[in-house]
Amino acid sequence: MKLKVTTLALTALMAAGPVMADLVFPSMSYRTGPFAAGGIPFADGYADYFTLLNERDGGIGGEKISVPECETGYNTEKGVECYESLKALKPLVLQPLSTGITYQIIPKSIVDDIPVHTMGYGRTSAKNGAVFSHTFNYPANYWDGASGVVNYLLEINGGDISGKKLALVYHNSAYGKEPIRTLEALSAKHGFELMLLPVDSPGQEQKSQWLQIRRDKPDYVTMWGWGVMNQVAIQEAANIRFPMENFIGVWWAGAQHDVLPAGEAANGYKAITFHAVGKDYPVFADIQKYVVDAGKAAGAGDQIGTVLYNRGVYAAMLAAEAAKDAQAANGVTAITGAMMRDAMENLNITEERMTALGMPNFGPAFQVSCENHGGSGLVGVAQWDAAAQEWSLVSEFKQSDQDVIAPLIEEDSAAFAAENNITPQCN
Amino acid sequence: MLYREAGDFSTTYRQDSQTFPIKFDRWRNYVVLFVAICVIPFLVNDYWVNSIFLPFLIYAIAAIGLNILVGYCGQVSLGTGGFMAVGAYSCYKLMTSFPEVSMFIHVILAGAITAAVGVLFGLPSLRIKGFYLAVATLAAQFFLVWMFNRVSWFYNYSASGQINAPERDTFGILITGPSTEAWATYLFCLIFTIGSAVIARNLTRGSLGRQWMAIRDMDIAAEIIGVNPLKAKLTAFAVSSFFVGISGALFFSVYLGAVEVGEAFGIQKSFLVLFMIIIGGLGSIFGSFAGAAFLVLLPVVLKVIGVDFLGWPTDIVAHVNLVIVGGLIIVFLIAEPHGLAQLWRVAKEKLRLWPFPH
Repeated sequence: MKLKVTTLALTALMAAGPVMADLVFPSMSYRTGPFAAGGIPFADGYADYFTLLNERDGGIGGEKISVPECETGYNTEKGVECYESLKALKPLVLQPLSTGITYQIIPKSIVDDIPVHTMGYGRTSAKNGAVFSHTFNYPANYWDGASGVVNYLLEINGGDISGKKLALVYHNSAYGKEPIRTLEALSAKHGFELMLLPVDSPGQEQKSQWLQIRRDKPDYVTMWGWGVMNQVAIQEAANIRFPMENFIGVWWAGAQHDVLPAGEAANGYKAITFHAVGKDYPVFADIQKYVVDAGKAAGAGDQIGTVLYNRGVYAAMLAAEAAKDAQAANGVTAITGAMMRDAMENLNITEERMTALGMPNFGPAFQVSCENHGGSGLVGVAQWDAAAQEWSLVSEFKQSDQDVIAPLIEEDSAAFAAENNITPQCN
Repeated sequence: MLYREAGDFSTTYRQDSQTFPIKFDRWRNYVVLFVAICVIPFLVNDYWVNSIFLPFLIYAIAAIGLNILVGYCGQVSLGTGGFMAVGAYSCYKLMTSFPEVSMFIHVILAGAITAAVGVLFGLPSLRIKGFYLAVATLAAQFFLVWMFNRVSWFYNYSASGQINAPERDTFGILITGPSTEAWATYLFCLIFTIGSAVIARNLTRGSLGRQWMAIRDMDIAAEIIGVNPLKAKLTAFAVSSFFVGISGALFFSVYLGAVEVGEAFGIQKSFLVLFMIIIGGLGSIFGSFAGAAFLVLLPVVLKVIGVDFLGWPTDIVAHVNLVIVGGLIIVFLIAEPHGLAQLWRVAKEKLRLWPFPH
């Protein structure tokens, strides 16, 4: 028996062995728990894009890609275990998809020289690359998002929202609290009243918050929610007959699975976004052909074109492009985390580049630099059409209010630098 | 065969009442300690320390703390997560306010602060018992988490409400922060774990421990024979919270490095530690270790087998994990309601007689 187990372990080890030599893009996913509804399509999109590169292009620059997956369950303790086990595989970039786990691995990633890409989440002040050398949050961050919401409100109110009341329903965690500071600064600037309504994780219980909304009648509600919290909030909003077009979610609260449970009642719900929606892109035809039809899809293959699947594809695309740049800059195909970091810091995503990849206008064009790890900060607004069951952009991508955000980033990153004895520098 | 007791005589009361009265057990204990202190630090890497040893050692301290309260004194508590949060946040405030002080002192002070808070929330135990006390401690759990979420002084007014452990050392060796060495954090936690176990063992077999157990077994009878329930219950709360606070401080500063109260110290943490002592064995120091090992190691082992060796999809493994852990808990509780510690005791009795049981 013992011998059998040993042989089994050895064969398994040998079978798993050759994976090590590839370009490693780990996926810290969560396919279980209260946040799985969002975690699954993102992880599928991330894996499928790399499978596409392997199948269609033979990897990146001739090097095969491997995407080892580690289940975090959105839980920081499992995140530690995942980080430590993935670290041994020499990953090129980590995407933890959890603000809590991001906070934890930011300091470690600097020491271990592993770049971290927190696309549209994580610590907002990581935009300041002089302090956060290994953390990137392009193309947009939470404070861009908060400003995007307010910009949109300004747009539909003819530029004046003084005296209006905006309620923020947020996941009571680091993630949900992130936009508060910006919204407070913006409320002082534009003269609107801000109402804060925390919802404890995971967010299935929101009756009291929505009763308060019914009583205090805010003009607009914005939401920083994730997982089951979104569906519950949209249902509760429908129950109190809150006008859906005045309810704007963050980009993590604007996917199909968030609005579908409420059915017709969710019609008109809005969400901000930093990338395009829908499946009318050549890249999805390729994914269908090379990945799904070949039976190599990470999931069931039915998620293509959904918001979070697209986001996973987008994250994978940005990672793959940075890897190509790193190969070109160093003249080697087997790149390291350090080369990847340098390439990410010089990443330049243009319209032509996205078109060449079969993703024209999929996201904003942006240029990363040491001073700016956060990209352009362009935010658009999408609206849900319950009859057609699709999201459509109602407001084009616009620049967030950098006058307000820049000083806040400066302040928060300076606090991190002081706490961790980092001298801000760009070389 | 394993236990050769021939020639193993106790001639004094001291010998008779020592923790490991059998020579073989005593030597095994020394070997375990020797390996833990002198061998493992040279062998460990980051993965072993951060995924296995640190959570095991830290949860063992928490389990020892809760075992004193629930297992020895019979006061059911669901506030462990909240008390761990007190330890973590006091450690954070101390670390940021007095950066030059050694981490040892911070952690011990964090334990002392938690002990004071524990006594405060232990006061209702004088009036209420059993399930009602569990509900009262549940209130402590929710109140403490709410407070650390709400009062921004506790997290130094940071934007996200996260607390991050800055780099701190003891005797010039880095203990917290990203650049620590694996052996340093391991040894730091090991010292606290061994210390806690030794203190807890000696408290529970002394007069204080006997008072706790008297209260647990029948509080009216205990009062009649002269045990002061006020003193016994409050000391149990204080000592228990002290250990739980230490574990919370280590959990935040050494193990996770960044913590957010609702996620790290929520009600599920209280239940986790409670399950540890129920599975490990109520009223047993060894049981605290066994329970912590069981609930910390099993998921990691299952994950390594399922994902790394068998190559199964991660979500299947995560679900199978829940099924297996849940199933094993039920099996253990049916087969041995007194926990792993009792299983070990029975096995030892058998081994002492084996191979000639008659």
